Amino acid sequence: MDEPSPPPKQVAAHDAHVAPNARLGLVLFVVYLALYLGFMGIATFKYELFGSTPFGGVNLAILYGMGLIVAALVLAVIYMTLCKPEK
Amino acid sequence: MAIAIFSFFVGAVLFLSFYLGSKARSAKGYYAAHGQVGWFVNGIAFAGDYLSAASFLGICGMIAFYGYDGFLYSIGYLAGWIVALFVIAEPIKRLGKFTFADALDAQFHSRGIKLTAAVSTLIVSIFYLIPQMVGAGALVTPLLGIPHAWGVIIVGVAVIVIVVTAGMVSTTWVQFIKGSLLVFFCTILVGMILARGLHTSPPGDVKVVSKSADGKTTLVNGQPASETNALAVGHVLALPDGKTETGPLGPIAYLHTVQNATIETYKKSVKDNVTTYTPAPQKGADLLTPGGYFKDIKAGTWRGKLNFLSLMLALFCGTAALPHILIRYYTVKDAASARKSTVVGIAAIGFFYVLTLYLGLGAMTSGSLDPSDSNMSAPLLAKSFNPILFAIISAIAFTTVLGTVSGLIMAASGAVAHDIMGSLMNIAMDDHAKVKAGKIASVVVGVIAIVLGMVFKAFNVTFLVGWAFNIAASANLPALVMLLFWRGTTRQGITASITVGLLSSLAWILLSADAYTNLYGLPATSAPAPFNQPGIITIPLAFVVLIVVSLMTRNSGRRRQTSGFEVAAAAR
Repeated sequence: MDEPSPPPKQVAAHDAHVAPNARLGLVLFVVYLALYLGFMGIATFKYELFGSTPFGGVNLAILYGMGLIVAALVLAVIYMTLCKPEK
Repeated sequence: MAIAIFSFFVGAVLFLSFYLGSKARSAKGYYAAHGQVGWFVNGIAFAGDYLSAASFLGICGMIAFYGYDGFLYSIGYLAGWIVALFVIAEPIKRLGKFTFADALDAQFHSRGIKLTAAVSTLIVSIFYLIPQMVGAGALVTPLLGIPHAWGVIIVGVAVIVIVVTAGMVSTTWVQFIKGSLLVFFCTILVGMILARGLHTSPPGDVKVVSKSADGKTTLVNGQPASETNALAVGHVLALPDGKTETGPLGPIAYLHTVQNATIETYKKSVKDNVTTYTPAPQKGADLLTPGGYFKDIKAGTWRGKLNFLSLMLALFCGTAALPHILIRYYTVKDAASARKSTVVGIAAIGFFYVLTLYLGLGAMTSGSLDPSDSNMSAPLLAKSFNPILFAIISAIAFTTVLGTVSGLIMAASGAVAHDIMGSLMNIAMDDHAKVKAGKIASVVVGVIAIVLGMVFKAFNVTFLVGWAFNIAASANLPALVMLLFWRGTTRQGITASITVGLLSSLAWILLSADAYTNLYGLPATSAPAPFNQPGIITIPLAFVVLIVVSLMTRNSGRRRQTSGFEVAAAAR
C-alpha cells in the first residue's frame, strides 16, 4: 500500500488534518490486515491448528473468527476516537 | 395469520416510503437524501444495506448445511468494512459526488472513465440483484404457497414503486427499519436456541431425498413428498458424556457441546441429472472447523488453497467497491458523520454475524431442515419454535430483500441516468429531468431484475453473491484506492484498470468449474479456469494495469494536477 499523498502546497486550512487521519487509518488497516492474514495463513499452512482448543473448550477456528469480528469493532472505535475533529 | 403478519410488514414499509418520499424534491434530495440523514440512522442503514438476503438466508443456510464454512463468509464480509472505513470512507466522502463514476470523474472530466465506471456499477449491481430476487422467490413459496415466479414479481413491483415514488430518503429509512428489525428478531431467536439447548434424536426416517432434473418433482424415500413425510431433517445423534439433553446452554457452552456432539447432516450428490440427498453423520469437531464446503482446504491441494485465499481476498476487498454501499457515504453531512456511521454499521453487522453462527447451528440441529434448499434454513428454524415467529422472520427476510434491491436499483439507475445519459450522451438535463430519467432507468433495471430472478431460479444464492464481490473488487477497488493514494494516477490508467478488472473477473467466472456445472450443465473438468474464485489473480492484475498504463501516459499532458484531497478541498 502506498503512503497517502503528502499535503499539497496550496492545501486549504481546513484540510490540514486530513493527512494525519488518513495515516492513522492506514496504520489501523495494517494491524487488521495482519490479523486477517494470520487467519488465512493458518488455514493454508497450519490447518490442524484450527482444531486445537486453547481455552474455554472452544476450538481456535471459532475463537479466531470471533476475534476478527471483535477486532474490527475495536479498531473502528479507536479510529473514531483518535481522528482529529473537523471544523 | 402468516399472510396477515406478512402483509402488515410489507404494507408498513411501503407506507413509510410514500410518506418520507413526499419530502424529497430536488435531484440532490432524490439521490442523496439532502445530505442530512443522521449518522446513527445511516449506520444502521449501512447494516440494512449490507445484511442482504444472502447474509441472512445464505450464511445461515450454509452453516446449517456445512458448518464453519458459512461463518467464513461472515468473517470476510465484515473484514471488508475495515477497508471501507480505514482506506476509502473519508476521502470518498470529501469528493462530494453522487456516484462512484462521479467521484472518479471529479479528477479527470473524462468520458472514458464515466462510461467504464457506469458500466461496472451497472454490472456489479445486476449481479448482486439476481441472488436477492432468487431469494425472494424461495421465501414466498413455503410461506404463501405461491409459485417462485410470483415472489420475484411481487418484490420487483414493490421495489420499483418504492424507488420511483420516493428515492433515497425512503431507501435509507427502509434500510434503517429493516436493519433494526433483523438484528432484534435474530437476537430473540438466538436466545430461544440457547434456552432450548440440544437434545438427541434417533436417526431420521428420511433416508434418500431426490429431485428430478427440472427441480419440480421431489421424492422422499422413493415416495412423492407430502405432509406425512415432510422434509424435516437435522438432528443431534449423540451428545458428550452420553447425555440425551442439555437443557438451557450459555453461548460458549453451546459451541463447546456442538463441538463434542455427533450430528446428522445430509450429503448432496448428482447423477444423471437427478440430485440425491442422503444422511451423513458428522463429528461436531469437523463441523466447527473450515473445510465442509471448501473441501480442498482439508485435502491440502494448492489449487484448493488458492481458491480459498482468493475468496477471502475478494470478500475483504469487495465491500468498499460495492456501488450501493459507496453511495450511502454521501447521505451524511461530513466526514466525521461518515466515520461514526461506519462504526455503528460495523457494530450492528458484527453482532449480527456472531448471531449467524448460532442461527446456523440451531438450524442444523432443529430437525426442521429441508435438505434440498439451504436458503430456507433460517425461516424453517423459526418455524420449529413457533409459526408466528416463522411469519415474522419470513416477512423480515422479505423486507430485507425489498430494501437491498431498492438500494441496488438506486445505484444502477443513478449510473444510467447520471453518467451514461447525463454526461456521456451529452443530454442536457435540469433537476426535474434528471429525477425523471432516474425513475425511468429504475423501472427498466427493475424489470431486468425480475426476469433474471426467474431465469436463475435454480441457483444457489451465495454462489452469485461471490461473483458480485469478485467483480466489484477487481473492477472498482484498484481504481478507487490508487485515485485516493497515488498522485501519478492518470485517467487512462483508471479506464484501463476498470476495464481489465471487469472483463478478466467476468471471463474467469464464466469459464470456471462452478459456471460449467451450474450454468451450462457441462462437466467441471472441462472448465479452463484453474479454480473458481478469480480475485487473487484479477485484483492484483487490475492494480498492475493501472500502474503500468499510468506510467506510460504520465507525460501526455493529461495527467491530473491534484490529489483527491485537494479536489475535495476545492469542491467545498
